[in-house]
Amino acid sequence: MKESGTPFTEADLHAYADGQLPDARRLEVEAWLALRPGERERVRAWMGDNEALRERLGVIAAEAIPVRIPTRRAPAPQWRQFAAAASIALVSAGLGWFSRGMAGIGQEALVASAPAARNASLAAFADRAAIAHVVYSPEVRRPVEVAADKEDQLVAWLSKRLEAPIKAPNLVAQGYELIGGRLLPGERGPAAQFMYHDGTGQRVTLYVARDVQSDGLRDFRFEKSGPVNVFYWTQGPFGYAISAGIEKIRLEALAREVQRQVSL
Amino acid sequence: MSAEIDRQIVACIPSLRRYAVGLTGNREAADDLVQDTMERAWSRIALWQRRGDLRAWLFSILHNVFVDRARANRRSLIDSLGEEEADVPVRATQGDMLEVQDLDRALARVPLEQREVLLLVAVEQMSYEQVAKVLAIPIGTVMSRLSRGRAALRAVLEGRAGASKLKAVK
Repeated sequence: MKESGTPFTEADLHAYADGQLPDARRLEVEAWLALRPGERERVRAWMGDNEALRERLGVIAAEAIPVRIPTRRAPAPQWRQFAAAASIALVSAGLGWFSRGMAGIGQEALVASAPAARNASLAAFADRAAIAHVVYSPEVRRPVEVAADKEDQLVAWLSKRLEAPIKAPNLVAQGYELIGGRLLPGERGPAAQFMYHDGTGQRVTLYVARDVQSDGLRDFRFEKSGPVNVFYWTQGPFGYAISAGIEKIRLEALAREVQRQVSL
Repeated sequence: MSAEIDRQIVACIPSLRRYAVGLTGNREAADDLVQDTMERAWSRIALWQRRGDLRAWLFSILHNVFVDRARANRRSLIDSLGEEEADVPVRATQGDMLEVQDLDRALARVPLEQREVLLLVAVEQMSYEQVAKVLAIPIGTVMSRLSRGRAALRAVLEGRAGASKLKAVK
């Protein structure tokens, strides 16, 4: 887009209309357009639309800020009230999908109670992870039982309960910071959930449980459960599932990083 | 120090409102969106920790709030976007007020994902890189949404989209 001398693309024309080209390139595009009235008109119309939109919406920006929009950091008690209300609203928003998941669990529980079924299946494991994500990730006040500032204690506690050494992967380089973790009832014994968030508050959870049966199919799998994307696999004594409402490709990168770190 | 950051955040509110009105086409919904955005922003200001572009950070929070809400109302949103607008015939009109209404209507017909990019570029005058960051999408996707969004807006304003859209719905 920016190198001079290369042929023009549609992207160059947009960048020209938006004033995002370096000077030299801008002059080249201008000269090129001068010889092509059809293209010139098209670009001119875009520039006209930019201006019309700016003018139309500029009126809004000139207004006084409505009183209901908070213009300062909220005092803590008021914030807690809002947080409680917000988490209830978010959980109920997820409920339609949640009850679908619960129906699945009922069945799995029946299967698991049969003596022959020693291990939880990998797909049911992914469902549980997705449900745990939907239930706990909107939690504003208490998203985790043990916060990341006590990471050593958190990891020691979860390792003890899961009866094998477990790690909280570090995803800071990927833009996600550990909030903390909690212990949850898994299908066969306890499961651990680690929660992370990025600077915009987008949350990602990593769900870890033991005795997850690999069913012989490909061992690094993807599932979409309602709004939640999940990558899951087995590694060592554990099954891992990473869940978030983010794009598949970004979640896969996080999953690969977790895989890499837990194998170290 | 933190007072200065707070001041800069407040200074972004008018443009967040402008963007939200363009996005939703409805003042009430827009102020709901900005209210939620600011509540999230104030509670997470400690997380921002002076990393990067404050304005892009606020717009990305607004985007996340918007996406969360759109998910919750997916059906009603699609209905209102697809059908309500299609009933209004689009034709050349005279006078400033009518032109403004035409622009609002045309914008409402641009698919949401493209409308986001178009508004961030045209009205907020963000660089394509900033838009990619705010929406957490690759820059190639920014360019293709911009291109399609502009074509969609033009088609409605030039009266090329009205008839086909009506047929598609009926």
